[in-house]
Amino acid sequence: MKVRVLVVLFALLALTFVLAEKYPSKPITYVICFAPGGESDITARLQQPYLEKILGVPIVITYKEGGGGAVGWTELVTRAKPDGYTIYGTNLPHTILQPLQGGVGYKTEQINNIYFFQSTPCVLAVRIDSPINTFEDFVKYAKEKGVVTLGGSGQPSANSFATVRLAKLTGLNIVYVPFSGSGTAVPALLGGHVDGLMTYTTMAVQYRDKMKVIAVASEKRLPWFPDVPTFRELGIDLVEKAYRGVAVPPGTPEDVKRVLEAAVKEVNNNPEFVAKMEEMGFVIENYDEAASAKLVSELMAYYKELWEETKGK
Amino acid sequence: MSGLQNLAYGFAQLFIVKTLLLMLGGVSVGLVIGSLPGLSATMGVALFLPITYWLSASDSLVFLGSLYMAAIYGGSFSAILLRTPGTPSNIGTTFDGYPMAKQGRGWEAILTATFASLYGALFGLIMFLIFAPMLARIALKFGPPEYFWLGIFGLTVISSLSRGNTLKGFIGGLIGVLLSTIGVAPVGGNVRFTFNMPQLIGGVGLIPALVGLFCIPQVIEMILNRSKQQLYQEAKVQRGLVRKTFVNVMKRQIDLLRASVIGFIIGVLPGAGGNIANLVAYSEAVRASKHPEKFGTGIPEGVIATEASNNAVVGGGFVPLMTLGVPGTPVDAILYGALLMQGLRPGVELFTTRADVVYTFIAGVILASLVMVPVGLAFGRGMAKLITKIPLSLLAPTILFLTMVGSYCVSNNISDVYMMLILGFLGFVLRKLGFEAGPITLGLILGPIIESGLVQGLLIGRQLTQPWLIFITRPLCWVFIVLSVFFLLWPVFLKKRIVVSGGEQK
Repeated sequence: MKVRVLVVLFALLALTFVLAEKYPSKPITYVICFAPGGESDITARLQQPYLEKILGVPIVITYKEGGGGAVGWTELVTRAKPDGYTIYGTNLPHTILQPLQGGVGYKTEQINNIYFFQSTPCVLAVRIDSPINTFEDFVKYAKEKGVVTLGGSGQPSANSFATVRLAKLTGLNIVYVPFSGSGTAVPALLGGHVDGLMTYTTMAVQYRDKMKVIAVASEKRLPWFPDVPTFRELGIDLVEKAYRGVAVPPGTPEDVKRVLEAAVKEVNNNPEFVAKMEEMGFVIENYDEAASAKLVSELMAYYKELWEETKGK
Repeated sequence: MSGLQNLAYGFAQLFIVKTLLLMLGGVSVGLVIGSLPGLSATMGVALFLPITYWLSASDSLVFLGSLYMAAIYGGSFSAILLRTPGTPSNIGTTFDGYPMAKQGRGWEAILTATFASLYGALFGLIMFLIFAPMLARIALKFGPPEYFWLGIFGLTVISSLSRGNTLKGFIGGLIGVLLSTIGVAPVGGNVRFTFNMPQLIGGVGLIPALVGLFCIPQVIEMILNRSKQQLYQEAKVQRGLVRKTFVNVMKRQIDLLRASVIGFIIGVLPGAGGNIANLVAYSEAVRASKHPEKFGTGIPEGVIATEASNNAVVGGGFVPLMTLGVPGTPVDAILYGALLMQGLRPGVELFTTRADVVYTFIAGVILASLVMVPVGLAFGRGMAKLITKIPLSLLAPTILFLTMVGSYCVSNNISDVYMMLILGFLGFVLRKLGFEAGPITLGLILGPIIESGLVQGLLIGRQLTQPWLIFITRPLCWVFIVLSVFFLLWPVFLKKRIVVSGGEQK
């Protein structure tokens, strides 16, 4: 009798192991915390077919927009099931800046990022027909005019901090004009309502026939604009990017996280995927779970300092 | 000339069985999604976006475009039959469409909406083909100060929307504007008026508000009165009514044209869409009419104005999307994403290098607008019959269920459902007190436009001696300032005119 019970128990145990081993065995929901058609959506959609092939289950993309992503991320840390079947797209510096500003239902540390797979460095761009061709021209123009306006996406955001820092480091009087997204800032530049844009590489690449980039806020020059200097080359210590990654709800089992981490990494190594991403102006990044945590803590310290410095701006 | 050749090529492309089926599928899906309260055109297009992976660029655009156009039209069915706009573009259709249904003229209202939609759709698309590149440049002239005034102008429309009590209309509008400030500020990103409830960070969504404010009071009344007589009389499907209504609608060329032009122009402006256009068109129809007092009592002119304008918005919205790569409405933003994923970059370049795609797309949506008529009529007739046949004990819960599903689906968020229900009861009380849902939703739509326009304008204005000068030193601003003042004083003019005409009769 005892033996039988033991056998049954063992069988059950084995079964749970088999089931656990078999992650994933049903469709995975990939939650995008922004509107459909935006950059977060587009990158997730590009990943989708490759992830499906690697994981062998359908990836269902759903949207949970609102509050600049805060609605979705609050749900991620409070209500989502930690079983690996619901994963969320996350963005930096958004998930650092929102809790800093307060009023949202999550903390930066609560978000368990498992991979940051791409970034979009900030770039300074002006209209294609502008007389400004170099950063020196821009400085001259700013000094002559007294006040220059730069449009960008959101506030606080990578764009807004890059602008504030640029103003501080150069001593120029630059006014940042926030728009509700990178795309909505573009017509303001094309219509001449702002002097320039502090925007992301994606916009500069997609609208390359309408705007020209005069400086980039990355460590090294970017492949799309090989002739454009970095801010550092110009003597301005300004590196500012937005990152996109994938996160799981807190408490997700280790083995599940490893499967997902490996899958995202494999997609990032697919030359076809990389080509598509680069065509749109995304920089491929490879931060696995450990590296992501390190990146977040570094950036947290950086933004906290910047936040204190620029309070009220 | 090459444009015409391309268009001919586009039409030729369409007569491939697969493309035709996709168009028919898009129209059918769009009609269903549009006519369900709470499921908007945006949601429909987003929902079917993944399908485009397996399709070519032009096929997927034809499908999504047909879906979009049909959803905007389908939204009129629930506006007419249930007094609930199916999409935000059909808000104004409830004003006269529902009273028509109440009088047993529901079928006539649906027919009117159908032909007006067809007219508006074709007008918008043809204008796109002729004027697109030219208009795109004008749209760019709209900066934050212009949007601020456009928003203010939009609010003044309330003066001709609310019959009876204009003051209550404006109070309603301001309630809407206040509701729109809940959540994350569009400029600055501060979290406001959430009372530390994370559920409120996302603010008051337009769809939950629309469904709550329009549909819930209707369901409550339905239950309180326990009879469908209150809802409306059975829509009699008369013989010959189709032709008669067609002639009646087409006779009103000026009304159709006015509404379509308004819809097209508002569509061209990035950031303003059918939700604003249908109300502006309605108020313009009231203003131009010889008998403005009859609006709201169930006259076809009201339905013609809103339904022609909202379908004309579609073609207008394609202008900035296709020529500048700037999506003006949420649906256009999804289409932009679809184009990017196909490896196409919307903008002038798309026009020149991939004209085949653009023209097949436009030709496809033109054809879809025609297909929309028979499919829509069959569908609308079925819906009208179904609603009258279902007993109240089944109808009220079904509608309630649909409103909840719709609100949930906006962003898969249960707090949207609570929000919808709360606003629903609030809407019922407000309606009893004489505050209509129309002005409240208008305020909710315009609030963010006014706020971002104001703050962005003040920031840009720092280049001037006084930042606020930017709002009165630009010529385009004055167009809207003058229009706003004129609209604001409209009820005063109206009273005078009635007094004058009354005197003449004596």
